Amino acid sequence: MKFIFERDTWQEIYGAIRKNKIRTIITVIGVTWGVFLFVFLLGMAKGLDNSFRSQFNDFATNTMFLWGQQTSIPNKGFKRGRRMQLTLDDVQALESKVEDIEYIAPRNVTGQWGTPPGQFVKGSKSGAFKIFGDYPTIDKVSKKKIFDGGRFINEEDIKYERKVCVIGEDIYKQFYDKDEEAVGGYVRINGIYFKVIGVYKPTQTGFEGDDSIFLPFTTFQTIFNQGKNISWMVITAKADKNIVNTEATIKSTLKRMHNVHPDDTQAFGSFNLGEEVAKVNGFLSGMRLITYIVGIATLIAGVIAIGNVLLITVKERTREIGVRRALGATPAEVRGQIMLESILLTFVAGLLGFIFGTLLLWGISTIVGDNNDIPILNPTVDFLAVGGALLSIVLLGTLIGLIPAQKAVSIRPIEALREE
Amino acid sequence: MIEIKDLHKSYKMGSNSLHVLKGINFSVKEGELVAIMGSSGSGKSTLLNILGMLDEADSGTYFLDNVPIKGLNETKAAKYRNKFLGFVFQSFNLINYKTALENVALPLYYQRKNRKERAEKAMDYLSKVGLAEWATHLPSELSGGQKQRVAIARALAADPKVLLADEPTGALDSKTSYEVMDIIQTINDEGKTILVVTHEPDIADMCKRIVHLKDGVIVEDKPVKQIRASQYV
Ligand SMILES: Nc1ncnc2c1ncn2[C@@H]1O[C@H](COP(=O)(O)OP(=O)(O)OP(=O)(O)O)[C@@H](O)[C@H]1O
Ligand SMILES: [Mg+2]
Repeated sequence: MKFIFERDTWQEIYGAIRKNKIRTIITVIGVTWGVFLFVFLLGMAKGLDNSFRSQFNDFATNTMFLWGQQTSIPNKGFKRGRRMQLTLDDVQALESKVEDIEYIAPRNVTGQWGTPPGQFVKGSKSGAFKIFGDYPTIDKVSKKKIFDGGRFINEEDIKYERKVCVIGEDIYKQFYDKDEEAVGGYVRINGIYFKVIGVYKPTQTGFEGDDSIFLPFTTFQTIFNQGKNISWMVITAKADKNIVNTEATIKSTLKRMHNVHPDDTQAFGSFNLGEEVAKVNGFLSGMRLITYIVGIATLIAGVIAIGNVLLITVKERTREIGVRRALGATPAEVRGQIMLESILLTFVAGLLGFIFGTLLLWGISTIVGDNNDIPILNPTVDFLAVGGALLSIVLLGTLIGLIPAQKAVSIRPIEALREE
Repeated sequence: MIEIKDLHKSYKMGSNSLHVLKGINFSVKEGELVAIMGSSGSGKSTLLNILGMLDEADSGTYFLDNVPIKGLNETKAAKYRNKFLGFVFQSFNLINYKTALENVALPLYYQRKNRKERAEKAMDYLSKVGLAEWATHLPSELSGGQKQRVAIARALAADPKVLLADEPTGALDSKTSYEVMDIIQTINDEGKTILVVTHEPDIADMCKRIVHLKDGVIVEDKPVKQIRASQYV
């Protein structure tokens, strides 16, 4: 194996390759194209993946929303069409009965689903906005960015029913001058004075938008006279639990508590991101699978082309090989040379493909940038995948090179040299 | 230098076989210049190939420089060829993408000589055949005679014990043939053992001994008075 590291070996190979410029280029193109496609597709798949992930960013993906609807099956003397109203008692019951639950946060809202929005007044300006009544837990499920100097609702706010609020960035922009401090100032909501404790910016797209107002749950309860009623609840399952299973458990628990028929699918509405994420993940794995299949198939085709051309070249070079052997080349040296040619061609071709692919990805990344309309973010290739691909190409090149190499060795020098 | 006894060789062609060499007994001493003659198909090339370890005899013994040549595997044969033998072919067999110098250096490459030594030695031999200025030229830029001289330089480069030339002048006109023979004679004068297969009597007369092959046996083996090629050049 020592000969691999000798300059002369490579000089010989270089000579042979240079002699056949056209065929070298043609063979190289096959593998270059294969690797290029592989890198490009893999990068795009990654870009899509990144893009989707950034949408779900900071959102606990094993999270569900649950709200009450109307029953569709009569049960235990109750008629169908009975309205289900979730309350804080339900929240407490679920928290103690369902082990899978990590967080559970009841929420109230006004300004959504036909309820009137809250009236927000600051100085002489006023506007109507959605108002949420929330527990601090909600921030664990759907993370909001709070600008410097502010904070989100905390347990103390809940306990003392403080009249504090967190406002959206958009509200801030509409009501405050540039650089004006919002935190610590007072505003009026539905005629009651509130202290602003924070300005938030949503980190993912959700229905909260950036123009909502958050109040402590208890404060909201009192002001809007909610009693124990809640609009819906947000539940996050423990990390090792499947949200889909948790959802089923929770619903059947609720059905028992509210005397709802076990088969009633209408009584409680729910939505979970687990399913959505699973769908997206499925799509992405599909993409990746296609990428691998297409990439690998193209690569194999390219490598086979190299083997094929080398085989033809060996036939063309029969006489040269005969001469070399007459001059003292051992079969191992002949075999080694042909194999190294194959490996070198595949490797250089692969590297070129990788470089072109990476350049294209880089170009796309630069052009698309942070544009949210195109679902491609930071399309890069995993160096491990590329390293693996290059390694397997070299391996394939070695394997395929064996055929022409064996062919070259099987030609006896006397036959190679026989005058026509 | 060369000792062969009762050498037989036949080629299988389908069901029948062609008996080409039918018991050759033949020896060559160091420093000899032997012409092997005979009609086409008489087995000259076959004999030379066996001597050159490119082919193997069916039976008989072959000693080269007192080393028995028998049952060699290809690797061993390649090493022996490289060490003991130099080949000159009718059709030159230069490697077309290598310069004259690189062609000459090739046997040294297979001897694992370092680059510097290869280049120096190859240049020496190229000068010896009068082609120092053509060192960087490709074979396609050389005339037939020049190509054959490069081939001779290449055959000599590894300093073999025996030079085997199969019709070295077969593709050349008479003037160029004499130039080539002149070089062969010079090398022989320096002590190299050389076997030349030829059809041409005037070329044979430039050797020191003529061996005549007919129907697979040696029918005549006589020393000749050597005619110097230099007088025609
Ligand atoms: N590989 C082979 N297979 C079958 N027959 C062969 C083979 N090589 C040579 N022969 C036959 O052996 C005989 C001797 O061939 P050889 O090449 O030794 O003749 P030669 O004396 O060199 O002839 P020429 O002067 O034409 O070169 C010929 O009849 C040839 O057809
Ligand atoms: Mg012949």
